[in-house]
Amino acid sequence: MTAANEALTPLAGHRFASPMSRDVETSAELVLYRHVGCPYCERVVRVANDLDVPIHSRFVVPEHSQRDVIKRISGSRTVPLLVDESRGITMSESANIVEYLDRTYGGS
Amino acid sequence: MADFDVVELPDTEHLSEGERAPDFTRPLVKAECWEDRSLSELAERNPVLLVFFPMDGTGMAKYTWIGIRDREWGASDLTVVGLSISTPYEHMAFIHRHRLPFGLFSDPGNGVADTFGIVHEHGGMTGVAGPRPSFFLLESDLTVEYAWVAQLWPPETDLDAVEAAIDSKA
Repeated sequence: MTAANEALTPLAGHRFASPMSRDVETSAELVLYRHVGCPYCERVVRVANDLDVPIHSRFVVPEHSQRDVIKRISGSRTVPLLVDESRGITMSESANIVEYLDRTYGGS
Repeated sequence: MADFDVVELPDTEHLSEGERAPDFTRPLVKAECWEDRSLSELAERNPVLLVFFPMDGTGMAKYTWIGIRDREWGASDLTVVGLSISTPYEHMAFIHRHRLPFGLFSDPGNGVADTFGIVHEHGGMTGVAGPRPSFFLLESDLTVEYAWVAQLWPPETDLDAVEAAIDSKA
């Protein structure tokens, strides 16, 4: 493995990998995986704000090769990705997410 | 006589033992993503060792964190987190490069260092300041159990001394 590749390798298998994830659990119910400057993510955030739905943001880097965390959750590497813990929902694609938010949290 | 300079830093009214650390929320960067987290949230679970360090590209940052990693701090009931003014992208690369099992807060505005009384003005870089290298051991209510703040620049960091002090508090 070259040094360049090694630098990109996730910490999976590292002996300290588990304390790391243990420290970062959050009690937030709606978690949005996004990256900075992604217009589809901005759309979801705008709709959530309009609906007064609190969202906890988790940011990933733009490189798809470094998005294993998203792949593990949704099976794909695309953002936005919404995880609604309370309803057991995991959803990609901004159009789907926006519709879901509106249907679920939009009131009457 | 040594032909290099170690500068004595000015006295600061920094946060010290027995005082309550000011809570803050900043992006906490891990190997795969980052998110806003507060210091008090982290302290709820375990005592926290908060390590302020210079920008991620410096040798001081590198050797501080390699040293902490190799001493296996945080392997038991202690949460070790860092804070520098580097961006989340730099933190993520730094975590991968040195295989760090720790979270690092990103505070490019250096506001946290201000509330801790440990602002360090970088010479020759207009508008850029960072935290003075420091270690704070915090209880669940953010009471400072142990504080070490550099008095010299470059800092006289001694990880063995910090480790001994932490062990004596356990």
